[in-house]
Amino acid sequence: MPVRIDRDKCTACESCIGVCPYEAIVIKEGRALINEYCQMCSICLTVCPEGAIKEYEEEAKAGEMQDLSKYRGVWVFAEQRDGIIAPVSYELLGAGRRLADTLKVELSAVLLGGSEADALELIKWGADKVYFSDDPIFEKFNDEPYAELFSSLVNTHKPEVVLAGATAIGRSFLPRVAARLRSGLTADCTGLEIDGGTRNLIQTRPAYGGNIMASILCPRTRPQMATVRPKVMKKGEYGPARTGEVIRVEAGGLKSRTRVLESVRETSSHKINLQEADIIISGGRGLKNPEGFKLLEELAGLLNGAVGASRAAVDEGWIGYSHQVGQTGKTVCPKLYIACGISGAVQHLVGMQSSDHIVAINKNPEAPIFNVATYGLVGDLFEILPLLIKRLKEIKEK
Amino acid sequence: MNIVVCIKQVPDTAEVRINPETGTLIREGVPSIINPYDMHAIEAALRIKEEKGGKVTAITMGPPQAESALREAISLGADGAVLLTGREFAGSDTLATSFALASAIKKLSADMVICGKQAIDGDTSQVGPEVAEFLGIPHISYVRKITGLEDNSIKVERMMDEGHDVVESQMPLLLTVVRELNEPRLPSLKGKMAAKKAEIKKWAPADIEAPAEKLGFNGSPTQVKRIFTPEAGGERKILTGSPEEMVEELIKELIKKKCL
Repeated sequence: MPVRIDRDKCTACESCIGVCPYEAIVIKEGRALINEYCQMCSICLTVCPEGAIKEYEEEAKAGEMQDLSKYRGVWVFAEQRDGIIAPVSYELLGAGRRLADTLKVELSAVLLGGSEADALELIKWGADKVYFSDDPIFEKFNDEPYAELFSSLVNTHKPEVVLAGATAIGRSFLPRVAARLRSGLTADCTGLEIDGGTRNLIQTRPAYGGNIMASILCPRTRPQMATVRPKVMKKGEYGPARTGEVIRVEAGGLKSRTRVLESVRETSSHKINLQEADIIISGGRGLKNPEGFKLLEELAGLLNGAVGASRAAVDEGWIGYSHQVGQTGKTVCPKLYIACGISGAVQHLVGMQSSDHIVAINKNPEAPIFNVATYGLVGDLFEILPLLIKRLKEIKEK
Repeated sequence: MNIVVCIKQVPDTAEVRINPETGTLIREGVPSIINPYDMHAIEAALRIKEEKGGKVTAITMGPPQAESALREAISLGADGAVLLTGREFAGSDTLATSFALASAIKKLSADMVICGKQAIDGDTSQVGPEVAEFLGIPHISYVRKITGLEDNSIKVERMMDEGHDVVESQMPLLLTVVRELNEPRLPSLKGKMAAKKAEIKKWAPADIEAPAEKLGFNGSPTQVKRIFTPEAGGERKILTGSPEEMVEELIKELIKKKCL
């Protein structure tokens, strides 16, 4: 929304000038002024001690406004890969069920590819209806046929909310759907709530490398679409007796200009998948070099855990990107997360702070990682980790 | 081959810090850079040009300062650059941004469009696929390797969550690329000279024949309602004593909590 400064309230204290990423705030005639460089990013809204910076809602032009009341229902894209339902689909059904109950509407899932048995399973996980096609074109993922059929289903049935996993597939084809439907899509959400009065979906997501959180609305158009980070939402309740309707949809005449020639599953060099691990031992810049990760691997071996890393350690080239935890890496939610030599930039925290228990080992008592740590150990990790490894070995031998 | 590379000037988010008292971003002294993933997109385009001949044009939408990102692209070897700038573009979300970029790319008649997989400030990874949809061309996301390139077709490896796919496509198409694709070059001296002298085309909405209601704030279905600093909750305990004592206590606590 357009942002302006109330000239009567402004005291030209310059608090706002440094926070603007676009250098769009200048002092003119003894008052701050937002000039044409403004990109309406809203970052300046909270900094003014006088409360002089405000957003101004502009009326949508007549005729542009969609009839929002024609859109009812919550939809979830149930992703399958090689005929196996991706775990995020169950998490979406959990979140979708909650939203649908708040809105007092049906929850539907869309399954492209897979089997009728999978479709029935989605009902047990919370769906009232499943739109399903087992057309061979959906066996492998190609953006165009996925986007085409999904858009046409949305156009026909008009759901008000559409959710998909923020996975390689969801993040690739849903933007095409959004462009086709000309409605809003919010990426990588970590929070979803309904605003009761307007039925708007309040979509919360990290931005600026996870340094800030933003709540985003799509108030003028429907459907309101969001991709949701895997491992953030809780799965719904599995009801073996739940019933619902499977609706077969025709996919005739769909074409794809891309073609998947081969799908290769890569088994990670590491034995345990980071996102499935109960225990994760992560290292950051404090490990000083790639050798530092050997300590973590030894500890991980003892605890049957996986090794993670901060972006700093990955950027240094000490460990592969597949181990990265955080905003630009993986989101994890283990029982125990041990952060070694990680300062705790918000970019990292957003990827691990929902872990059940967090242990932080860091030299610097001021490190932000201690703000989220269940147990903080201030000290040298090269002293503490070998001791920990030694003690755990002793316990194991007993 | 006529290649268009979409780039974005972003604050170096690795340098962004939060003011703990006000909960706002401290931007002072944070450098503006070309989005790191876009550097790989530029590199990919330059390598294709070197192999197949043709022209590389860098395009961005942003405030007038974004011109420096385009000059940097020219210093690396891009042949031309376009800056979409004007008040009408302000407040664009990914949809309005993609619409504007696609409208401009239509004027450039590209055989191939290359984007970084996402920008590090917004992290949405939506603009690439949306541009492809507005252009009516196919796209392949998260490309980590180009394994074959003919005049009318391309073969690539795209990263998936549990591995990779080998994908073939017709041209024209749009690719979004990841870091693993290549190692971006540094600007040459000759490039730097060229960048100083190069003329950057500045296009306004009229130049790309885009109606005002589809641009900027008016053309953006999503709106940022609130920005806040993430906060942490839960119980916290700082262990004290010698390293030995801390380790003992930690093990005791973790056993108590059934973590071990």
